[in-house]
Amino acid sequence: MDAYRELILMLAATIRVATPLVLASLAGLFSERSGLIDLGLEGKMLAAAFASAAVSAATGSAWLGLAAGVGAATALALIIAFACVTHRGNQVVAAMAVNIIVAGLAPTLALAWFDQGGQTPQLEGPGQRFLGIAWPGALFARRHPLPGLAYAELLSGHNLIVYFAAALVPAAAWVLYRTRFGLRLRAVGENPLAVDTAGISVNLLRYQASVISGALCGVAGTYLATAASAGFVRDMTAGKGYLALAALIFGKWRPYPTLAACLLFAFADAGATRLQGVSMPVIGVIPVQAIIALPYLLTILLLAGFVGEAVAPKAIGVPYSKEK
Amino acid sequence: MRAPARLPRWAEFGLLPLVNLCAALLVSGAVIRLIGESPWAALRLMVAGAFGAQDSIGYTLFYATDFVFTGLAVAVAFHAGLFNIGGEGQAYVGGLGVGLVCLACGSLSAWVVVPLGIAAGCVFGAAWALVPAWLQARRGSHIVITTIMANFIASALMTYLLVNVLIKPGQQSPETREFGPGAVMPAVDVVLGKMGIRFAPSPFNLASLLALAACLLVWVFIWRTRWGYALRVVGQNPRAAVFAGISPPRTILVAMLISGGLAGCLGVNELMGSQHRILLDFPGGAGFVGIAVALMGRNHPLGILAASLLFGALYQGGSELSFDMPHVNRDMVVMIQGLVILFCGALEGVFRAPLAVLLGARDGEEKT
Amino acid sequence: MEPESPEPKAPGGGHPPALELRGIDKRFGSVHANRAVSLSVARGSIHGLIGENGAGKSTLMNIVSGFHRADSGEIRVNGRVVEMGRPRDSIEAGIGMVHQHFMLVDRFTVLENVVLGAEGGRRLGDGLAAAREALGRMGGEYGLEVPLDAETGQLPVGMRQRVEILKVLHHGAQILILDEPTAVLTPSEADQLFRMLALLRDQGRTVILVTHKLREIMAATDRVTVMRQGAVVHETATGATSPRALAEHMVGRAVQLSVEKRPARPGRVLLDVRNLDVRDHLGVLRVKKATFALRAGEIVGIAGVSGNGQSELLEAVAGIRPRAGGEILLEGRDVAGAGPGPRGLGIAHVPEDRLRMGVVGQFSAEDNAILGYHARRPFSRRGFLDRGAIRRDCGRKMAEYDIRPQSPWLRITAFSGGNQQKLVMAREIDSKPLVLVVGQPTRGVDIGAIEFIHGRIVGLRDSGKAILIVSVELDEIMGLSDRILVMAGGEIVGEVPAAEATERALGLMMAGVGGGRRP
Repeated sequence: MDAYRELILMLAATIRVATPLVLASLAGLFSERSGLIDLGLEGKMLAAAFASAAVSAATGSAWLGLAAGVGAATALALIIAFACVTHRGNQVVAAMAVNIIVAGLAPTLALAWFDQGGQTPQLEGPGQRFLGIAWPGALFARRHPLPGLAYAELLSGHNLIVYFAAALVPAAAWVLYRTRFGLRLRAVGENPLAVDTAGISVNLLRYQASVISGALCGVAGTYLATAASAGFVRDMTAGKGYLALAALIFGKWRPYPTLAACLLFAFADAGATRLQGVSMPVIGVIPVQAIIALPYLLTILLLAGFVGEAVAPKAIGVPYSKEK
Repeated sequence: MRAPARLPRWAEFGLLPLVNLCAALLVSGAVIRLIGESPWAALRLMVAGAFGAQDSIGYTLFYATDFVFTGLAVAVAFHAGLFNIGGEGQAYVGGLGVGLVCLACGSLSAWVVVPLGIAAGCVFGAAWALVPAWLQARRGSHIVITTIMANFIASALMTYLLVNVLIKPGQQSPETREFGPGAVMPAVDVVLGKMGIRFAPSPFNLASLLALAACLLVWVFIWRTRWGYALRVVGQNPRAAVFAGISPPRTILVAMLISGGLAGCLGVNELMGSQHRILLDFPGGAGFVGIAVALMGRNHPLGILAASLLFGALYQGGSELSFDMPHVNRDMVVMIQGLVILFCGALEGVFRAPLAVLLGARDGEEKT
Repeated sequence: MEPESPEPKAPGGGHPPALELRGIDKRFGSVHANRAVSLSVARGSIHGLIGENGAGKSTLMNIVSGFHRADSGEIRVNGRVVEMGRPRDSIEAGIGMVHQHFMLVDRFTVLENVVLGAEGGRRLGDGLAAAREALGRMGGEYGLEVPLDAETGQLPVGMRQRVEILKVLHHGAQILILDEPTAVLTPSEADQLFRMLALLRDQGRTVILVTHKLREIMAATDRVTVMRQGAVVHETATGATSPRALAEHMVGRAVQLSVEKRPARPGRVLLDVRNLDVRDHLGVLRVKKATFALRAGEIVGIAGVSGNGQSELLEAVAGIRPRAGGEILLEGRDVAGAGPGPRGLGIAHVPEDRLRMGVVGQFSAEDNAILGYHARRPFSRRGFLDRGAIRRDCGRKMAEYDIRPQSPWLRITAFSGGNQQKLVMAREIDSKPLVLVVGQPTRGVDIGAIEFIHGRIVGLRDSGKAILIVSVELDEIMGLSDRILVMAGGEIVGEVPAAEATERALGLMMAGVGGGRRP
């Protein structure tokens, strides 16, 4: 029973940890499927985290914060799209540039506006954060073993953004495979020339994909600052944008496998955190730094063992130009 | 679609980067204005802080040396078609190598410790680049992601070592004990002093000579040897490389090892030349500055020297600036860095067409 | 759009021309690709557009299909002026272009490829069902049956072309433009294509056939326009002209349609290929037990429709593709053993796709002139490049092979295709190989350079070397080779002395019919 309880709590933690990853990797899904390498997930999320925390602190409303977060991330996505789609710049360089800009700009603005050493103020007021929503009867269910506990912890009690992320996965699959937009998006990532000669604008599709990516990163970043924690802290994304990209590659750029990869990462992270300070049979206590390093090690392992290159969208990373 | 406008050589390699830099600085100025400070005042304070006094110049050159190493590292990898973002981690672990040699042999003569230290820095730095390099070469795993991951892992690893293993006993802060007397890169002011020239003390040390030597060696290697030729072929056209009998996987590996080794030399400047101990996060973002420096310097040692100087001034000027303008600090410099990468890297073509019109160069024609 | 009631056979018949171009002008930088081109294509006809590579035909058609925008000039469709700014304008005007390199998404099904751009609604489901029905009918009508749910990338090339044609028909094209359609077809598949085009014409549609093959123009078209160096130089009814006349208009002077050479005097065996198996990057076996020998002083040509294993064979012999079985022996030595590799042992290689792997686009001419030989004297000594020697050598190559402009420091892409190819040939021939393997020696090369290159190849043969040529141009193979091997389906299915080869016999072998090896 205890083990069952532990498991349920770990799964619940997994869901919470996975949410920003799912949002970010689906963001990456759309832009990468259109042929743009999306290394900027990190910067877009960080910008959203800052913007949402700042606006929420200033206005007292998490929803306004969300709007600000989505807006900030989308603006950055448009800058990257401008550089890479309109001006055919190097997509990797553009993304890294944005990541670094945000890493410096966010704490600078935070310091200037809030004078707290690069953070935003703690979000404590009512409505400043996205808090868990208890489903009807959850309190009652919790006391009842087995399904009750699962209901109380796994289904109920998450904040809105978590439910949004869960709904997003089938929605993304539907858009990608059952709509005209999705067909054209997939086409432009494989053979932009075919799309152009069919009379469809390659650049417009890629801009649209960038906007979707920005918006979803905005939600992810807002989650980090207003749901998972209570404010913005310097470098708070800590590489999650790259983890999300690795999950996307592992999931072969398809929504459901990507979800599975995100859950895998999150589960490993949640599990490792639970082992913190616990003495293991042979190794003794695992150093906290090893636990911190685990997601990054896992990413490298994933990329080493399961190469996504062969199935990446064929035209990815190559700026489109009409060759003579 | 028109062929991209071609600028005369001097404009392509001199004017255009300058214009891109100005764009980056203009945007930075706008941000400074946004947070309520005066960009002009900031600029004046920065220049004064960087070059105003002898020790300031020394600091500027000291920081610039760091950036030469990491900039060369990024540039060598770029020539092979690779984007090495792992300079930060490679410098960090390279410094571990330098530090270990210094801790072990610090009592020996400097003539022994310095070459050993340099070698260890290179080897450890190269080793940290090895796994991402191998994965890219043999598995096609995207080197950008693996090197970023390696940076995070390096940070965790070094924290663990400095807190638990290498820490000076009885001390709170995560640092090693001080190196012995032989494990020192002499400071320039000391050397000048011995020659009878007075120069204000600063961390500026002889590792800068190493940096200059590295510039020369990289130039010769890339443009004057057959291995550098092979490297450039792989970077421009891997299929042509295979055709020419060059092995892209092997070349990628070699390029990254050299790149990691160059980044590792940062430890010589910081640890042997200034800190004389291993401490937490001593690269302090230099690995990422290296990216900006390489892009601004067009991956050429001369350009890298100039760009490193600029960023050294930004760093030194920036830290002086935060005394008078408490809201402007290192984070601001990081942002400027990112803007330079944006304008000199991704947006580098934006001003080409307008410049070509201005200079009257006709589309598609090559002018020398 | 359904075809209008069939017109009498005489093209036009009172209607305005289906397509009319007036004064179309286009420059790309300093290249004047189209010079005030005027053209009139009658409704319900098959109109040929011929010219050698670089004559401007593809550019012109790209303008008509909206891919490029003309600098000046007017386009009229059925008498009405049309603004061709984007491909969409062209599609809406009823023009459908089947490109030489297919505009297909390999990973999509045939159905998905055909509907792309004309999906029939925001949600895919209904549009796809309607398209399926329409395509079924169309397929039967024109003999264009295709498996609608197959993955396009897996289909054979001829089938993929059908998908392209179905795509433009589905988008409602009344004017079809086909750009070099037979490069990937056997002669009999090409005949099938022309029959279908005739059917479309008889229904009132208009076809423009863009090609550089005289044979096709004579066989399939009603009228023909000749372009040379960006301008229209001749227009006539096909029945009123001849291949020689057309060729002369294409080139501007009297042309010899065959290569002059003395009979070969083959000597000892230089290259021995036995039971060679080669796989492609997906693991599919592309060359099956190929066996042949090359003798000193002879040119052996491999004929075949592109995609039948010739490229893989060439790459295996040149050493850039590993072999899955069999042996390749140069003067008795296995070339794959550890050591200098084929290039080091004396096999030089002019690759099929020059820009993709034969040169480095961003390098200068002199840096390209040492590609593959950069580690040798005199270009480098003890690891250091001797830039003076490199420049002098390049200058000498340029003078000897008449490569213009004679500036070794210029980027290779500043040179025309013909000059680039001459430099590549110079590089490989200068290395004094025993065996030279060449893929598509004159692809993208103007006629003057073609004659020069052919001459050099024959000269190399006469100096006692062995040459292996792969080309999709049957004329070139028949003209240059002393001995012809035919490949189909990855196997060498026929061998014929060139003097006895006929196009018909070769065509049959290329299609996998008849053949056999003559001793």
